Amino acid sequence: MIKMKYEVIVVGGGHAGCEASLATSRKGHKTLLITGNINNIADMPCNPSIGGPAKGIVVREIDALGGEMGKCADKGAIQVKMLNTKKGPAVQALRAQEDKHIYPKEMLKTLKGQENLEIKESIVEHLIVENQKIKGVILETGEKISSDIVILTTGTYLKGSILVGDKKTPGGPHGEKESKFLSNDLRKLGFRILRLKTGTPPRIDKNSIDYEKTNLEPGDDKELTFSYQKKAYYDYKNQRDCHLIYTNETTHELIKEHLEESSMYGGHVEGVGPRYCPSIEDKVVRFSDKERHQLFLEPESNIKEDKDYGNTIYIQGFSTSMPEYVQEKMVHSLSGLEHAKILRYAYAIEYDAIDSKQLKQSLETKLVENLFTAGQINGTSGYEEAAGQGLIAGINAALKLEGKEPLILKRNEAYIGVLIDDLVTKGVKDPYRLLTSRAEYRLLLRHDNADMRLRDYGYQIGLIDEKTYQNFVEKRRQVKEVYEKLKKMRITPKKDINEYLENIGSSSLKDGISLYELLKRPEISIKNIKHFINLDYDNAILEQVEINTRYEGYIKKALKDAEKMLNLENKKIPENINYENIPNIASEARQKLLEIRPTTIGQASRISGVNPADISILMVYLRKNGSYE
Amino acid sequence: MDDNIVAISTALGVGAISIIRLSGKEVIKVTNSIFKGKDLETVGSHTINYGYIIDDDKEVIDEVLVSVMKSPKTYTKEDVVEINCHGGIATTNKILELILTKDVRLAEPGEFTKRAFLNGRMDLTESEAVMDLLESKTESARLLALSNLQGKMHKMIDGFRNSLKDLISAVEVNIDYPEYYDIEVVTTEKIKEQVNKMKSELKEIIKESKNTKVIKEGIDTLIIGRPNVGKSSILNQFLDEEKAIVTDIPGTTRDIVEGQVILNGVSLNIIDTAGIRNTEDKVEKIGVEKSLSLINQADLVIVVLNGSEKLTKEDQEILEKIKEKTAIIVINKNDLKQKIETEKLKDYILVSTNTNQIEGIKPLKEKIIELFELNQICQKDFTYFSNIRQLSKAKEAYQKLIDVEEGIKRNLPIDMIEIDLKACFDLLGEIIGKTYSEEILDHLFEKFCVGK
Repeated sequence: MIKMKYEVIVVGGGHAGCEASLATSRKGHKTLLITGNINNIADMPCNPSIGGPAKGIVVREIDALGGEMGKCADKGAIQVKMLNTKKGPAVQALRAQEDKHIYPKEMLKTLKGQENLEIKESIVEHLIVENQKIKGVILETGEKISSDIVILTTGTYLKGSILVGDKKTPGGPHGEKESKFLSNDLRKLGFRILRLKTGTPPRIDKNSIDYEKTNLEPGDDKELTFSYQKKAYYDYKNQRDCHLIYTNETTHELIKEHLEESSMYGGHVEGVGPRYCPSIEDKVVRFSDKERHQLFLEPESNIKEDKDYGNTIYIQGFSTSMPEYVQEKMVHSLSGLEHAKILRYAYAIEYDAIDSKQLKQSLETKLVENLFTAGQINGTSGYEEAAGQGLIAGINAALKLEGKEPLILKRNEAYIGVLIDDLVTKGVKDPYRLLTSRAEYRLLLRHDNADMRLRDYGYQIGLIDEKTYQNFVEKRRQVKEVYEKLKKMRITPKKDINEYLENIGSSSLKDGISLYELLKRPEISIKNIKHFINLDYDNAILEQVEINTRYEGYIKKALKDAEKMLNLENKKIPENINYENIPNIASEARQKLLEIRPTTIGQASRISGVNPADISILMVYLRKNGSYE
Repeated sequence: MDDNIVAISTALGVGAISIIRLSGKEVIKVTNSIFKGKDLETVGSHTINYGYIIDDDKEVIDEVLVSVMKSPKTYTKEDVVEINCHGGIATTNKILELILTKDVRLAEPGEFTKRAFLNGRMDLTESEAVMDLLESKTESARLLALSNLQGKMHKMIDGFRNSLKDLISAVEVNIDYPEYYDIEVVTTEKIKEQVNKMKSELKEIIKESKNTKVIKEGIDTLIIGRPNVGKSSILNQFLDEEKAIVTDIPGTTRDIVEGQVILNGVSLNIIDTAGIRNTEDKVEKIGVEKSLSLINQADLVIVVLNGSEKLTKEDQEILEKIKEKTAIIVINKNDLKQKIETEKLKDYILVSTNTNQIEGIKPLKEKIIELFELNQICQKDFTYFSNIRQLSKAKEAYQKLIDVEEGIKRNLPIDMIEIDLKACFDLLGEIIGKTYSEEILDHLFEKFCVGK
């Protein structure tokens, strides 16, 4: 019996699923979110923070496009820091320690209050596919639900399996049930299935720590927010602290002694773990010459009544798959944690993912029409990476229902664009994390200008309301106005002016210059400019002008490079191209092109194994066949 | 790329045999149609076949050896045929012309190598090196091309890239993992130090590489002067002694004569010009204008003056024109009474001689060797950028290092500085054909212990 028809079904209520279901329902499409446990929606099963280098910028991008993560993270923040402030504007990023009780609660509230969105508690075990087109899902109960589109955001639940020492328990984090058969369905449909692994450290009782032996890690002494709404919910004078401790010789000896007992070194793990997030065992083995590794003690919640997170401290940097009794020894070997009480043991988790090279840039699968995937199922790791993909999958599902072209963010437009392009073009071997160094044009992809880059898209798509958009348009107008004022207003080498400049460590003028030219001096800030002209504008507006003026030369270079890339992006490869027909392409390249089927020459050129010679042959072939001039 | 191409692969007129090379889908069939001997279409791959080339009237043109090499194990990965014939311009040309009537076109310069590259037989640097090897006119150039092939330059660039990679990953790890207090923070001081070192090494190589232009392409040498001052005798002496190849471009005596001589292993490409003198004669005027424009293109200008006469207006005009050029002034006819005003020539490099004497141009040759440091070139270790593409990329990379220094001087933040470091890294990669990859990330995770 087929029940109720939805336009969209989202499978999984993690960070990807939340953004995806909000995007489709906000765009007016009847959406069903199916989750294993409604109380664990938007749960943060690993570290208690959102943001950080690259990731924090993704949160800003989500906000600029009309997603929810930024707003929710602002509500849950208990400590906030701007990172990399001394390293330049391109790499600054916000990071917030989140309250693991508040964040999911706020997200659930938003979902529940959302029109067109229903939530159902169940496990999806099968997909209904007819003629390579998705028709709906089948639950563990056998119940069938039909829909036009299905978005899979299953996280670690595809054949999820928890590992502690030599113990292996099927299931997800939080004692959830795993989906046993869904990945078999996917395999049958032709998806290549990868087995990945990740891990999490032990949690300890916050009242069992000797804080005297730790170093204090406080938040920034000012109010900071992810969302452009700029409403802070935390009291910056009263933030929760984190604490820094180190491992020592004893810890390392313990680990070496019990190495074979860990799931990883005992041979119980099939999955590939993330390079950027190694377990403490890995760190000790691979960097055996290091005398110590740093660990952060991070609070998980301010809500004492929360049964899971109320009293827990997360030991960042100490993820392990050792048996419980070894974990006790390891924790107690740490200075400050001699008497620490472990409330939850560390574990590793294995799960199935699909080969992301089988996805289109829209995140629709190439094999099954109207089936989209986002988050860990695509081989990524991280809340922000998941949310970013979820939002794009949701947007593109809605656009598909509306018969419109998908939203594909380019590498020079957003970290989300870099992320998705990397996934579909290069694929992953270990869980993928965004890093600033993955972005070629990171000077263009800044924390401060996410709205300038993406607000228009959010508005066109319909996820940004009129009022919010008009505020943005006004901001953009004012930025332009400030530019014009600075270009128009000139100062001359008068005595008082030169005295002021020398006073602030700049050099005196010889000729008259505009304030705009003056701002280009590295030692001059917009504050100094205010000495010469009345600029009664919001700081965010002045910041735009300051960054864009001071780094104009570098920004121009980045724009020029991006333009070169875009030229190649504009050279489309016809979907029906037959690579077998192109003579002289190297066989490795041919195989990669057949597998990935890039949509543009630009994308083709980023595939590893496709050499510049193959690209020129491909271009010659396309030109000969009249594909482009 | 399916069409058939042909070219004479050996230098025309030099050596006992000439080789005509064909590449393409139908070259075996085509050759067979003009060949008397075995049926080339049925012989095995990589065989040498004795026989005759015959024209359409079955007349024998030459006795030859034909190598048949079938795709894909050939230079171009296509079917390749090489005809070894008995030298001589006339015979070789006749065979070439015959082939050109058979649906085969004349190859463009470097087209065989281009096909080898496009068909995936070699990478970019390799193919450039082979191209250079094929084009190399002298022994020095051949050595240079060979050392490239063996990857000396590759190794050196790789070294630069590795230092940059260390530096960039260290900066990256600071940015992506800002709170790892045990990891050393890369200061601009440290970058400055490393960049400075790299800059001076790269600069040295770029400087040396300019010599490679001299090694590979020779020195374009222009001989200029009024009529009857001894230009032709200089040319003739060069040619007699060095057994150079001379090609007379047909025309009047006023036309430009070219010749090539080898001096200390370096090719001297000599251009003799029509006498420069103010004239209303139309034909002569064209010649004169051409001479003046040639001055700009030349690497070396040899101005010949008659030492037994005072400087004329024309002489002074020439001297004015060559002020900025590398030039040697030959004061000829020093056996006669010298009337020339040498004080007017004190800013120039002078050679006094009598070119009608045996060995009369010896002082000139010595001067050229001294000027271009040709003695040193021969002893050098040839690890230079051997073509224009490589050299210009290296110069760009050098410029990026200057930008890095400039950025540091301006106190710019490290993420700006790093843009130029990365650009430099990419440019060096382009020289040796390595493009964007995950190299830096891989390096970062290998070197630093980071992660939650």
